[in-house]
Amino acid sequence: MSGAVSPPSLPLSLKTNPRLERWLRFNPDRTVTVRSGKVELGQGIVTAIAQIAAEELDVSLDRLRWVAGDTSASPDEWYTAGSQSIEVGGLSMRLVCAEVRQLFVQAAAAELEVGIEELQVEDGVIGVPGTDVRTSYWDLAARVSLARDVTGTVPPKPASAHTVVGKSVPRRDLAAKLSGAAYVHDMELPGMVHGRVLRPPSLTASLEKFDAAAVRALPGVVAVVVSGNFIGLCAEREEQALRALAAAERAAAWKMGAALPASNEIGEFLDKLPSTRSVVHAKGREDPDGDGKAVTRVEARYTKPYLAHASIGPSCAVARVEAGRLTIWSHTQGSHHLRAQIAAALGMPLAEVDVIHRDGPGCYGHNGADDVALDAALLARACGRPVRVQWTRADEFTWSPCGSAMIVRMRAGMDAGGRVVDWQHEIWSHTHIKRPGWAEGINLLAAWHMDPPHPVPPPKDTPLPTGGATRNSIPLYDFPRQEVAYNFIAEMPLRVSALRTLGAYMNIFVIESFMDELAAAAHADPVEFRLRHLSDPRARAVVEAATKAADASARQDGPGVRGRGIGFGRYKNASAYCAVVADIEVAEKVRVRRVFAAVDAGEVVNPDGLRNQIEGGVVQAISWTLKEAIRWDRERLLCRTWEDYPILKFDEVPAIEVVLLDHPGLPGLGVGECAAGPTAAALANALANALGVRVRDLPLTPERIAAAM
Amino acid sequence: MDETLKLRVNGVEREVRAEPATPLLYILRNDLGLKGTRFGCGEGHCGACTVLVDGKPLQSCDTPLWSAAGHDITTVEGLSREGAPHPIQQAFIGEQAAQCGYCINGIMMSAAALLERNPDPSEAEIVAALERNLCRCGTHVRILRAVARAAQMLRDGRRES
Repeated sequence: MSGAVSPPSLPLSLKTNPRLERWLRFNPDRTVTVRSGKVELGQGIVTAIAQIAAEELDVSLDRLRWVAGDTSASPDEWYTAGSQSIEVGGLSMRLVCAEVRQLFVQAAAAELEVGIEELQVEDGVIGVPGTDVRTSYWDLAARVSLARDVTGTVPPKPASAHTVVGKSVPRRDLAAKLSGAAYVHDMELPGMVHGRVLRPPSLTASLEKFDAAAVRALPGVVAVVVSGNFIGLCAEREEQALRALAAAERAAAWKMGAALPASNEIGEFLDKLPSTRSVVHAKGREDPDGDGKAVTRVEARYTKPYLAHASIGPSCAVARVEAGRLTIWSHTQGSHHLRAQIAAALGMPLAEVDVIHRDGPGCYGHNGADDVALDAALLARACGRPVRVQWTRADEFTWSPCGSAMIVRMRAGMDAGGRVVDWQHEIWSHTHIKRPGWAEGINLLAAWHMDPPHPVPPPKDTPLPTGGATRNSIPLYDFPRQEVAYNFIAEMPLRVSALRTLGAYMNIFVIESFMDELAAAAHADPVEFRLRHLSDPRARAVVEAATKAADASARQDGPGVRGRGIGFGRYKNASAYCAVVADIEVAEKVRVRRVFAAVDAGEVVNPDGLRNQIEGGVVQAISWTLKEAIRWDRERLLCRTWEDYPILKFDEVPAIEVVLLDHPGLPGLGVGECAAGPTAAALANALANALGVRVRDLPLTPERIAAAM
Repeated sequence: MDETLKLRVNGVEREVRAEPATPLLYILRNDLGLKGTRFGCGEGHCGACTVLVDGKPLQSCDTPLWSAAGHDITTVEGLSREGAPHPIQQAFIGEQAAQCGYCINGIMMSAAALLERNPDPSEAEIVAALERNLCRCGTHVRILRAVARAAQMLRDGRRES
């Protein structure tokens, strides 16, 4: 990417998509089409970015028409991921709209022969208040060309002038979702058939024998595609496709591949796999006597299992081939990347492939959405009719990439005054990001399975400052000597990729658990111990706010032993600050009663949307922390249904109080992932507070707690 | 072997021709075009496909068509009255009780069944009524609030504008 033509202050989305016309269009019906590369994943981003556009343009929200993630129309904004949609996508939209507004106000001034300073914009009408001297975006649209590059030099409105940003605006997409068709799953095209794919029984199994004729003979079956290890089928009716899938499973014989690890305990095998060590962060280590003041030394080892996305809805896509052109409707996080990957996988020119985003079920990272899009494309090409492909629940659990397992070893030294003088954090893990388009090669299942196969690309993790396995491994505390090392494990017994927070969930769990262990060794209060090492005022403020909220609430009595714990983090060391206090009760298992979360996300666009994201992050993290781990035997993954992979249920969810520390005028910070790590640590610390035992292996199950006692 | 079967869906008599063992879910979605009922797992574990059969919540993904024939079936599309959202839908929108929203229609159907037989449920009773529904985005706290709000609205016998 050339940096020469763009001012350095432009966000990435504007550097790659500088043309104003790519972002906005004023329609004859007095609406505004807004195009974004950031897509709705259930996080409410479409509403928040619409608020930003409405604010800067001074048009009402209901005039905005939204086009997101359509490769024929929308800007390429990388992926909708990493809590970047407000920080980058929202900022880009803000700069574009501020600039467009100024162009139109200048044109209006010339047209109306008045001074720019006399004009105001109200719901798209540009005029002199109190007079009938006025025009509008729509009246001027033919004369103001947006076929020009953004300069990024027009200042957006000051926060004090905001009337839409900062308000809790209802989500634009919910009315449809809560009444009928709304997702890619609900699309129907004329002549559409239903597709299913029979996956191999494991990552490395290969097809020995398959009786395709037996499947073709079934009622309604219109095509059976066999290519290498890829077996796909289409039928007129959905239930016929399912019956054909069951028959295909019986008709296939597989040769099992490499054995899976003998143990399901991460601590028993992960750090024994071959790895490459590098020191990814060091500070103050040049002084060989620097830790000479340490009088207390503490060490601990923590483990995290492989986790599943476990979205309630399975991956789904619709594909159509018409006049040589392939169109795919997908709930992908990155339409432009997916388009390029599918074109490469099928050997098609990019210009003949379109990917159009349609909303899907909850997306928490790189799930099966991209894979099923290629499944649908392959089947649509084979049967010549539009195809809707939906994964089964078992496909979802066994083939969606999972979040990588981790081991972290911690060592620290404290001086006689109870201050940390040396801090070492060492990680063992796989890559945490293997998205299609992230590195070279093709990261789509069917591309690996078809004949000839595309090679599985080698893993490449993302380095700091954002980090993959290393995300949030650099402590936010003022430790004079610090070192973070990463043992990168190229081998991946399970398919892994991006799951919400990447390594941050584990690294924050570890840092914050270890802080409590150190506080105990120093005979200090855990909150006070954190504050004595924390100078960033915004960090201190969330720790204090969460503690205050918890202290102000009455503790509830229950039959179990009670405990309270705290966890704190700043996601990616650069996004939102979040501190979580959890009150738990332990009887036969851990019950989380109340959670208090304090968040500083800079300027808040939609306070209710932000609270919803924090509440969801807390609940999902409680589920991960108390219940979840993928299991396997030597041949295959064993979690195929919700009974094999239980998640938190309604009777296990705590009351949640969210405290927002709003900072209008400061940059908005991503919040979608900030609560996970602090929640996990708060639970482990509450458990230690209740029972006096430290559980360092996730999840914190009754068996692990009993073993620790 | 396909058979012609009669169902009463959202108050309307419907006739469908399909293999009688077909899960009701696919009949609703694909034959009758009622897409608001979602596929989640196909095993009756997650509740995304919950509909009312004679007023009782049932997972349509593992309910065969033949067993639903002749019964009264209500889907989320049948909740709205004269085009206006049902108080339960209004309450869920009012509380913004959704993230991705995929599980919500099944949850609203479980809630509708609860509120029909118990107009003033305690929180514990609401939790118990949602025992067969899963949510992955973690919207539980708002969902519980929305059901309580819907109960209040139904009791008050008025709709929010």
